[in-house]
Amino acid sequence: MQGQSNTAMQTQQGQQAQPSQQHQVNTRQAPALLPPVDIFEDGSGITLVADLPGVSREDLSIGVDGRNLTIEAPLRLGEADSLVSVYAEVRANQFRRSFELSSDLDTARIDAGLRDGVLTLRIPKLEQAKPRRVEVRVE
Amino acid sequence: MYSSLLRTPGDWFADFEQLQDRIDELLGGRAATSSIRAVGRAGAFPALNVGTWAEALEIYAFAPGIDPKSIDVSVEKGVLSIAGERPAMNNAGAANKSGSEERNVYAQERFTGRFRRVVALSEDADPSRVEATYRNGVLKIVVPKRESSKPRQIQVASGS
Repeated sequence: MQGQSNTAMQTQQGQQAQPSQQHQVNTRQAPALLPPVDIFEDGSGITLVADLPGVSREDLSIGVDGRNLTIEAPLRLGEADSLVSVYAEVRANQFRRSFELSSDLDTARIDAGLRDGVLTLRIPKLEQAKPRRVEVRVE
Repeated sequence: MYSSLLRTPGDWFADFEQLQDRIDELLGGRAATSSIRAVGRAGAFPALNVGTWAEALEIYAFAPGIDPKSIDVSVEKGVLSIAGERPAMNNAGAANKSGSEERNVYAQERFTGRFRRVVALSEDADPSRVEATYRNGVLKIVVPKRESSKPRQIQVASGS
């Protein structure tokens, strides 16, 4: 899977190392969790599935800036203020991950759904980019 | 607000701790001393956070995309276990209409399959009144503390 050469989406793993993102208000990027994703492509588009536990629909932000798709969301558990942590595997309260979209994808018609902490994004291909069967006429 | 359990963003020491965890993960290292039934295994599914307060022990399991009815939470001899299965959604869920169509998979990082995690409860926990709720993909388990172990104010009687 890793060896796929023509990946339509490239994962940007080194988020923290990129201070060039202008929409970030923070002077310094807070440590964020990288949500695990599944990405697959069929003839009509790309489907991205991301695990975002503890994220509600209102908090989720999906931004498209040019060819860059960014998923950002705060993780809220709603626990009591007096709760003292004794053990933690999740140690940040923010999810963030960006993907670079290829030009054959229609960024204007992205469809998103969030259910039980799982985000499903559907990014359709532009009409001209869809695979087409070329009829061969018999002469 | 939720910084107690999830750490404040930008916490200077958190970065070092994350680095330490990463090193531990790579080298297979563990903390020098831990409970014999301690939760562990970095990267296991679901990830767990445990917090405590005067009234209860709260366990948060980050288990998105699971039917709450299929999660099995049980307590036996002071050990709480969370078990279940997360089915692969590749051929069901999202793109079922294109089942026969050719598909390319570019990433498959999400956990699938059976899972089981255990947490040793502290002595003061009362396993008879465990409550579990599932919201936004997070399973919250509240184990109340025993009445006898709760902090209480003792009235000083004036000896007359």
